[in-house]
Parts: sequence; structure tokens; C-alpha cells
Amino acid sequence: MVRDIGAAVGYRPEHTLPLRAEWGRQAARRRTQLALGAMVLLPLIVLAAFQFGNDDDGDGGRRSEFSSLADLATAGGVNFAVFTVLVSSTFLLVVVVALFFGDPIASEASWGSLRYLLAAPVPRSRLLLAKVLVALGYTVLAMVLLVGTALLIGTLRYGWEPLASTVAADISAGEGLLRLLGIVSYLLVTLSVVAALAVLLSVSTDAPLGAVGGAVVLVIVSSILDQIEALGGLRDLLPTHYNSAWLGLLSTPAQTDDIVKGAVSAIVYVTVFLSAAWWRFLRKDVVS
Amino acid sequence: MAGGAAVALVAALGWAVWPTPAPYTATEAVVTVRSGPDGAEPVALDTTFYLPAGASTGAPAPAVLLAHGFGGSKRSVAADAEELATQGYAVLAWTARGFGRSGGQIQLNDPDYEVRDAQRLLDWLAAQPQVRRDAAGDPRVGVVGGSYGGALALSLAGLDRRVDAVVPMITWNDLARAFLPQSAAGGPAQGVFKKAWAASFFGRGSETVGPVGDGAGPDAASGADVPDAAAGLPEPAGRRADPACGRFAPALCAIYQRLAVTGRADAEALARLRRASPAPLLGRINAPVLLVQGAGDTLFPLAEADANFRAIHADGTPVRVAWHTGGHDAGPGPTSDTDRIKALTGQWLGHYVKRELAAPPASFTWSRVAGFAIGERGLVATGYHVDDYPGLTGQGAAALAVAGPPRPVANPPAGLPAGISSLPGLGAVAALSGVGDAVTADIAGQHATFDSEPLTEPIDAVGAPRVTIRAASPTGEAVLFVKIHDVDPSGRASLPGGQVAPVRLTGLPTNIGAARPVEVTLPAIVHRFEAGHHARITIATTDQAYAVPVEPVTYTVGIGAADSAALTLPTLVGEPIATGAQIWLYVLVGLLVAVAIGVLVVVLLLGARRRRVAVTVEAPFEQTPLVVRGLRKEYPGGFVAVEGVDFTVERGQVVGLLGPNGAGKTTTLRVLMGLTRATAGDALVFGHRLGPGAPVLSRVGALVEGPGFLPHLSGVDNLSAYWHATGRPDDAAFFEEALDIAGLGDSVHRKVGTYSHGMKQRLAIAQAMLGLPDLLVLDEPTDGLDPPQIAAMRKVLRRYATDGRAVLVSSHLLAEVEQTCSHVIVVHKGAVVASGPVDDIVGDSPTTYFTVGDTAAAMAMFDKMAGVVSVAIDDTDNLVVDLGTVPRGAAVAALVRAGVRVERVVPRRRLEDAFLALVGEQTRGSGDR
Repeated sequence: MVRDIGAAVGYRPEHTLPLRAEWGRQAARRRTQLALGAMVLLPLIVLAAFQFGNDDDGDGGRRSEFSSLADLATAGGVNFAVFTVLVSSTFLLVVVVALFFGDPIASEASWGSLRYLLAAPVPRSRLLLAKVLVALGYTVLAMVLLVGTALLIGTLRYGWEPLASTVAADISAGEGLLRLLGIVSYLLVTLSVVAALAVLLSVSTDAPLGAVGGAVVLVIVSSILDQIEALGGLRDLLPTHYNSAWLGLLSTPAQTDDIVKGAVSAIVYVTVFLSAAWWRFLRKDVVS
Repeated sequence: MAGGAAVALVAALGWAVWPTPAPYTATEAVVTVRSGPDGAEPVALDTTFYLPAGASTGAPAPAVLLAHGFGGSKRSVAADAEELATQGYAVLAWTARGFGRSGGQIQLNDPDYEVRDAQRLLDWLAAQPQVRRDAAGDPRVGVVGGSYGGALALSLAGLDRRVDAVVPMITWNDLARAFLPQSAAGGPAQGVFKKAWAASFFGRGSETVGPVGDGAGPDAASGADVPDAAAGLPEPAGRRADPACGRFAPALCAIYQRLAVTGRADAEALARLRRASPAPLLGRINAPVLLVQGAGDTLFPLAEADANFRAIHADGTPVRVAWHTGGHDAGPGPTSDTDRIKALTGQWLGHYVKRELAAPPASFTWSRVAGFAIGERGLVATGYHVDDYPGLTGQGAAALAVAGPPRPVANPPAGLPAGISSLPGLGAVAALSGVGDAVTADIAGQHATFDSEPLTEPIDAVGAPRVTIRAASPTGEAVLFVKIHDVDPSGRASLPGGQVAPVRLTGLPTNIGAARPVEVTLPAIVHRFEAGHHARITIATTDQAYAVPVEPVTYTVGIGAADSAALTLPTLVGEPIATGAQIWLYVLVGLLVAVAIGVLVVVLLLGARRRRVAVTVEAPFEQTPLVVRGLRKEYPGGFVAVEGVDFTVERGQVVGLLGPNGAGKTTTLRVLMGLTRATAGDALVFGHRLGPGAPVLSRVGALVEGPGFLPHLSGVDNLSAYWHATGRPDDAAFFEEALDIAGLGDSVHRKVGTYSHGMKQRLAIAQAMLGLPDLLVLDEPTDGLDPPQIAAMRKVLRRYATDGRAVLVSSHLLAEVEQTCSHVIVVHKGAVVASGPVDDIVGDSPTTYFTVGDTAAAMAMFDKMAGVVSVAIDDTDNLVVDLGTVPRGAAVAALVRAGVRVERVVPRRRLEDAFLALVGEQTRGSGDR
């Protein structure tokens, strides 16, 4: 028995807004192209900075994980990629992820095209899912571009050397590549909090800038609060508290304790934010 | 939303930082005790007594006597005291004699002085009614202390049987050996003076000398050492005493001065240092002892705790050993270490003092630095345990061959410059400089190195490495420092724990060929030598932490008996201690499973609901494009946009939804498109109930509230992007037809962002017609179009409604609806005021306008005329007359006959009646209500 859903010929709710269509909607956008371009450009800029920069930066011998990773950035291709990831993880990637996830729905709303998608009709859950999956795809693509470019030009320039670290023994280049993969995966996990928040803001506002900016601002506020040691154990609850736990993958044996905690924290936040976004989007009156 | 989150966050922070009432009371008191050899010398001790809130005479609490480290005061242990008090112990912390605001002189844990002071404090505790007693005068008490306080705790337990448990941390067994280590055969008499640590300690004992309030001293920051007149404590006698000796007892001071000058201990010094050690008293201890020692400690290395263990264990007293990565050099250690030590201490006291917890096992726990901690600035240590404490020789051993020819090494005059292995007193700095291994420097010409081959397997060294060396000296004597380095493949060497083995060799030949091998036991380390690294034995002549001969001399040093030696590394393989992280892994897995189940449940529920909704077809309306019944929409805030709207659109009709701005047209269309939910009532399209995302919407094409396009795509790309989003096959779209209707010519290939409003409007109408939907809903379709385009659009819409399709057009222009539509629905203030075929409604109404010269006369005439139903004057002085059965011509003739000048006679139409009635009574848009 063919179930009559009263739809037009060829219409099936589960076939609406195919990922390919949504991918195309975003691919043509200048901001998508710029964001992806930045992922390729950044490693080149970093490489140029190391080439032309003055090695003796005279920072008074102050040691931090940053300076030590910077010192080691030219030790080999894998080190260069790790360093590039480090410099981009705190802000650039946050902005890019907020853009990929916060922008699509809010900008459709601001163009007025959202109501035509909904009247097509693309079921709202389906629309949200397609937007999130495609944004995820672009995020992974951005990460692959960033790490791939850094790995490529780093290896061409500095060679295929073991992953050096100040905190542990050198790690062979092959295993170093696995560690790098782990680092990138964990970064995606922590960035998923930004992504989920951006989605929640995206369905709550018609201003794309508000959604993207709101997500970035929350990350910044959370990072600032994380610096306030007086908050004590409360800082563990901040969404960005475990963001640098991936540095544990540079030690031998790899420290995964904070990574596990970071993943737990991220999953909780993502679940809450995405559920709220979905709940809200399903019930929202689209009046723009 | 974000505001709400911010408020919640602020509230949470406020809750977190709000002070909670302490679960204990802290009482400061000066307790004067009598001690000294004859027990008659009074000394005022500055004490703080922490009493748990639950402790009372009826329910007395077990006690803990908490001793501080050298140079500290009761304030240094305040945090520990508060924690113990919170756990339900009555805690007595005091400042030892010679420190802070306590009186007396430093006697270095002398049994007659410091230890007797502590015994008197046990008496004091026994006198407190809130403290539990085992017998009269015998409090139930554990003694806890670190370093100086740890040794005191051991000595006190040896001398006083009232002590129920002891937890000494990072402390010594024999102070003579600690300050005068000798790593080859021989005792402290041959030891090499550990001058840097000794000086650092002597300095701390002297620091309180000086003008009142000069702020020097370790506790200056907390103000603890600044005498406080209000406290009424008399200024300690020793405070201003001797600039050379500070508050040290003169005899001790003299011993130190001799030792520091000569670098050799005389018999009196050795005796005095032994007296300051728990070693002679350990055999008398009956209280169970938990020995905590740090691997990052060049002052009291692991060997001190090992000696304590062996002496206490020998006569069967329960004793347990735990090592951490901290110590006098490395500080308290990483959080995982401090947490483990706290847990072990809590368990020890909980069983032996509180007698509530199960007996702790005798297992040995230790930890090794694994790397930098990421969240906190510091190190991370991995904990391990084995069932029995293996001592410093491990459970296994790895032998590595280290080799190299003998080499001359110089001892520089005055021992300067000196190599660096540790930074006594600056331990934390050294510890952070590289995974717990101190910054090290060896001076060229003053050291020789002997390397092993690179390791093929990693070695977990836990214990004291041993190696044999040879030396020749023109003086027959040599002071040498033997160290074991871990050298990584890039050549970087690190010194585990910053430990060195000082040896003083005597009776040496002048020729290395005649030298006999000497076995050196290096200080115990906890270190993993990675595969690919190699071990290096370094023999140096100087170390800035130790006193070396001042005369210049050149030794020759070699390794083993024949330029090669077996370096024995004790090994120990333990079970990693499950940390809290293990739990988090389970939490993570559980969470993932829960989320997966949650998603599955939601998907199933949604699918079930969709199937249920899809089958709801109201058969009577299956062929009716649109039925709206009792539609009501109330927006958040109480504004009712639409109230009880009913209408029907049949096949073939072009229906106009006519109303002034804000009448509720757009709201009605929004509900029809599933963009907003109706508060009450419903709409059916071909019998299917409409709602957000209802599949039947795929048979409806719409233009609602103006066009909406992706500005970065061209017109044609926008149409195909939209069509792809519907997921329907391309051949069902009829792109060509739609583009014809848009009539944009070549502009369809330009980006929509460059379009005029009219062009966007036409493209939007074309988009609405994609797929030739059975019902076309257009909101103000002629907005922005010029008159010829409007005329063309009218034709398109009328043609569209053939073939069983229908069109619903909303407009606020009467003429528009009149010329385009077959049917009309007039809405106002959210309600339908008229509806029906346009011809019916637009057709003449029975009333007629008369514009006449003399309104009053005309009025009088109409009043008298038979058949006229009503006469009225509107606000422009026109007569509005319902002529009833009277023909218009007859009425005009009658007026003319009556001499009334007739200027204009206009038939009125019904739609106009209805519409003007609405608009006329209120010219503002009804949306302004």
C-alpha cells in the first residue's frame, strides 16, 4: 500500500535539502571561500614568519608551552603542523567554526530565503540537520586544509623528522602523525561546543553577525574566566577549560586524562546547545 | 537567551564564592609548657586549636598534632589543619620553639626540648574535654608533620607511647648522614658537607633576627613572624640575641660554624646531629607509621625514608611507604601526587586514630613524572603500586655497560667555579625547568663522562643505581660527585631528581693503574630511561651544593675495574594506580551511549508522529485546494492578528484576499505556509492539514512577504538551488516556463544582489510557479512591478488557474483584486468581512450617489418618493440613496422636475461599499490597533 502523504509528485520529506544542495549553497559564498583560503594561507604566513623572523626574540627566557612549541616548530614537518594548529586553535579556528555553524541559518533568515525553504517544504529537523552536517563537513575540510598545508610545506621545508617536544622523548614521525591526527580530532571535539552554541544562536537571531559574534564572545569570556584562579574548581565547568588538553598528546606516554574530561564536557555542552537549538527551531515562528 | 545564561552563570559564580561557615572553630592560645633536661624550663608556644563543630564533651573528637617544617610556623600548616578539622579531627598546630611567635631557642628536635614540648602538648590535648581519650592523660592522637615536623613526629612516637599513629613526610632518619653524605663505604665522618642546604637552613633559623617588623622570613608574607603586641605575647628572648646565631641555641650554632668552615664533622657535631635524628628512637615506636618521601629531594633523599622503614619494620610495627615526585627541591608535587598522599594520610589516620576506616594495606605506592600538566602549570605524575615495599634495590635489576678511558679532572682552587646539580632552596624553579630533572651544568675540565650504548628497551628505574669507579689522586684523597644522566638521542642530558652521589675517597694511589674499584651507591631515583636514550655516568670534582677541598688538585678518574663497569639499575614494575580519570572514561562512554539512545528515541518518535499526521486526510475536502476554518493567531505578547477566519479556495478560482495593510493577510499566509503555527483553527490543502513542514505544502507555490534569494547566486542559479532543496526531480520543475514568466531576459545570469525590487519580485513569482503547484499563493504579487508588467501578470494568473489549479492573491488594492480575481475575501482587523465571487460583490449595489445643487431639497423629494428605501448624506454632502424599486432614470427625472440641479449620478458597487466602510471609518491600518 502506497501511503498518501498528499505531496506533489516526486516529493519525499527525507529527500529535501540534500547535503549536496546545501554544500552548493554554502560553497558559492564568498565567506566560505575566504575562510577556507585562510586555512591554506596561514601555514604559508607562519612559514614566512619563521624564514624572515629574528630567531632571538629576547623574551627573557620565559618558558611556556607556547614558546617551547615555537622553538620546536622548525624541527620538522610534524612539529610545524602542530605549531600551526596551536597558533590557530585559540582564535582563528574558533571564528571559522562559529562562521560555518552560526551563519547558515541566520543568513538564510536575513535573506528571506529561509521561509521558502520551509515552505518547499523542507522539514525543520531536516533543515537543521543538513545545515549542521554540511557545516561539519566544511569544518573538517578547513582542518584538513590547515593541517595538510602545514604538514606539506613544513615537511618540504624542514624535512620528515620525528616529533620533538620539550616535555618528552622524540616521537617517531609516523607515530607523530598519529598524534597529530589525535590532536586534530580532539580540537574538533572542543570546537564542537563553539559550533553547537553558534547553531543555537543562529536559530535565535536573523543577524548572522550576532550568531557568529555571540559564539566567539562566549569563548572569549569563558577563556577569561578560566584565567581567574580564584574561581577554583568552578573553572572545570567552563566550556573552554580543557581546550588545551591536546598538548597532553605531545608527552610520552600521551596524557589523555584531560582529553577524556574535555570530551565529556564538550558532549554535555553540545547536547544541551543542540537540543535547545532544535527545540527552538522546531517551535519558532519564522516571521522574517 | 544569552542574557538568561549570563544571569545563571553569575548566580553560579556567586554561589561558589560565597563564604560557607567553617565546620570547625579555631582558637589561638599561648600554651606555656615546661621542658628541658629537668622539665623545668618554661617556654611559651604559639598554638592554634582547631575543633570540629561536632566535637563536644559527650562526643569527643580524635586529635591530630600537626608539626610544621623548618623556618615555618603554625600558619604554614593552617590549610592542612583546616582540612583535617573538616574531616572531624581536633587539630593542634603550634609554632616550634625558636620560630615565629613562640619563645625559646632552636634545639633541632632535641628529645629534651622540641620533643618534650610536644609531649607537653599531648598532655594539653588530653586535658581538653572535647578530645577523645584512650585513658586518663592519654589522648587519641596522630602526629603529622613534614621535614622538621616529620622528624619530630617520629621522635615523639619513639619517646611517647600515647601517640596512636604517625605520618612523617619528606624527613630524615639521620641528620648527620643527610648533611654529610658519603655514597661509598664509610659514614658521615667521611661525608661531604651539603653546605648549600645547611646554609639555607641555618639562614632560616637566623632570619627572625633584626628589628621588629622588618618583614624578613619565610612567613613574612602572612605577617606571622611580626610580633603582635595585641596578642600579648612577650617578645621571645632570643629574638634580638645574637646576630651570628639568630635563634639557634649557642651550642648548635657553634657546631654549624665549625662544620661550615672545615667541611668536616667532628665527633661533637656528629653526636649532636644524631641527637637531632629519629634514628636512635625508631626501635621504640609502637604507633603505625606512614612514611612519605619525595624523589625530588636532594636534602632528604629516598634513602632516609628507607632507613626509617627498615628500623621501624624490624620489630613488626605496621609501616607503609609512599613516594611522590615532590620533595625539598620539587615542591609538593603534581595534583595527582598531593591527592594520593592526602588519601593515604586520611586512610592511615582514619583507621589508626579515628578507627573508622578499614586497615590500610602495606602496599608501596610511588609515582613518576610523565610530562607537563596541561591545565595547570606544573608536572603530571603517573602513580603505581606493588604489594610490598622493595626498598631501594627494586625487584629486578638492569645492568648496563658504561665505558670510557680514565681521564684527568681538576678540582679548582676554592672549589669554584662549581658544577650545578640542584638549587637548594629554589627547588620549585629547578623542578619546572625540565620534567623534575634539575638544570644541570658541569664545568669543562672538572668532569669525566662514561656512556652506555643506547637502550633497546625502556628501563623503569626505581631505586638506587650502583656503579664502580676508580680514582687516583696526588694527595691520596679525592672528593668526587658521581651522577647518572639520561641522554636523549639529540644529546640532551637530564639529571633524574637532580641527585648526585658525593664520595670522599681516601688512601688513593697517585697512578690510576694502581687504583682499586670502589662501589658507589647513587641516590635512589624514579626515572624511565626511554628506548633510544642512553645512560651516562658523570664523575665531577665540584658541585656548588657541597663543600669540596679548597686546594687545587688534579685527579684521574676511571670507571669500573678495566675501563668498563656494569651500571646496575634497580627496576620495579607496578600496577598503574587508577586515577579519577578512569571514572571519566566510563562517564564518557556512558554519555555517548545515552546521547545515541536519546537521538534514536527522538528519531523514532518523530517518525511515528509523521506517519500519524500524514494519514489525516479529511475526505470531503480532498479535491478542494484550500479550506481555512476558524483560523486564529495570537502572537506572543497577546496581539491577535487573525480571529476566526474562514474561507475556501476551489479549483479554477483566482481568489483575492483583500484588506488594508495589517488586516491579517500576511499572518494568514504565514500560517498557510507553515511558517507560524495557528493558535486555533486549521487550514486544509486538498484535505491535508497544514502545519510546519506538512508534505502537502509541496503542492503549494508561494510568494510570502517579498522575495528571498541568495544574493551571491544568479537568478537562474537561485531557482535551481531552490528546486534542489525540494529534492524533487529536475524535469518536474518546468524551469523554462517559470523563466518566461519572470521575463528577466539575460539578467537571469546576473547575481540577484544586483537586481531591482521588481526583478526580484518577478523572479520570486517564477520560483513560486516552479513545478506548477496546484495552489499558488502570492502575497502582493504586483508590488514593485510597472503597469505593463502588472497587466501581463494578471493574464498569467488567470491562465494559471485553469486545469484545476487555483491561485490565492493577497492585496491591499481594490482595483488589483477586481481586475485579477474571480473571487474575493475581504479581511479587516483579522476577520473576514465579505466574501464571494467578484462579480457578485463588485456588481452594482442598490444604492446610488447623487451630487446635487440643493441637497436639502433633494432630500425632501426622496423622502416623499414612493419606493425609495433610504436616504442619507455622507460627509462630502453627497446623497446616498437606496432607490429600491425606483429606476435611476426616474429618480433623476424627478429631481429635475423638482428643480434640483443634478451634477453627478454614480452607481455604487458592493465591494466598494464593504471596503470603504472599513477604510472609511478608520484610515489608519488596522495593524496599528
